[in-house]
Amino acid sequence: MTQVCFFLGAIGCLGGAIAVIALRNPFYSVLALIVHLISLAGLFLLLQGEFIAAAQIVVYAGAVMVLYVFVAAYVGNVDEPLWEPIPGQRFIAPVLGLALFVELAIAITGSGLKAIDTTGPTVELGFGSPSAIGKLLLERFLIAFEAASLLLLIAAVGAVVLAGRHGAGDATSETG
Amino acid sequence: MDITWYLVLSAMIFAVGVSGVLLRRSPLVILLCLELMLNAGNLALLSFSPSLGNQDGQVFALIVMVIAACEVVVGLGIIVAAYRRRIPLNVDDLRSLRG
Repeated sequence: MTQVCFFLGAIGCLGGAIAVIALRNPFYSVLALIVHLISLAGLFLLLQGEFIAAAQIVVYAGAVMVLYVFVAAYVGNVDEPLWEPIPGQRFIAPVLGLALFVELAIAITGSGLKAIDTTGPTVELGFGSPSAIGKLLLERFLIAFEAASLLLLIAAVGAVVLAGRHGAGDATSETG
Repeated sequence: MDITWYLVLSAMIFAVGVSGVLLRRSPLVILLCLELMLNAGNLALLSFSPSLGNQDGQVFALIVMVIAACEVVVGLGIIVAAYRRRIPLNVDDLRSLRG
């Protein structure tokens, strides 16, 4: 059962990822990424990360992807030019990606980690549940939590400044 | 399922993301490929987390998710600002900070 779920999730993940880079219309790429993220949330559930899976669906596949869909619809279908600044880039890039995968696979299978070929120890009930993650976030990782919240605030202010209708960008272009 | 399977899948997704960054020219699709790479990292973190028996990796993955959201917000803001000022949305043309 676990195997079936894993392979279904893996096919969804990989298919979504390849569709993201293969489809020419950015709007369809965004939709393919949503498929990828939802399959990945299923894999997170298999790895006993209940809270992370829920956060993945709500935050990523929900909020962030709505932002992407909005921008893709706003910008429209940008036609990518066919000329290449580096000759043969279209053929070199997949080869480099494949080489990177082979290298990573060798590193993973050749690592001396003893537990890598097992399913790991059996974990107690409640592993990865919202209460356990919340307790960790507010006790051991409080500084990381606060820093992340501050970073989110800065990013939100930055986005408003960047994309505002009469933002700072327009003002500098008129004066400078 | 062995952890190796998850790690190899994560490596595959990462390699797809890298190829996308190298292949595509539209900044929107390049941001999507960055998301792919961050998610591959998250998958690796989560697959190591139960094998070590503690949930630190899951908290790490959550923080990575927050960072990814920040990156998306700022990146999309830059894309919208560039589109409003009629700057062509092509990473080969977006080489200089002052055009």
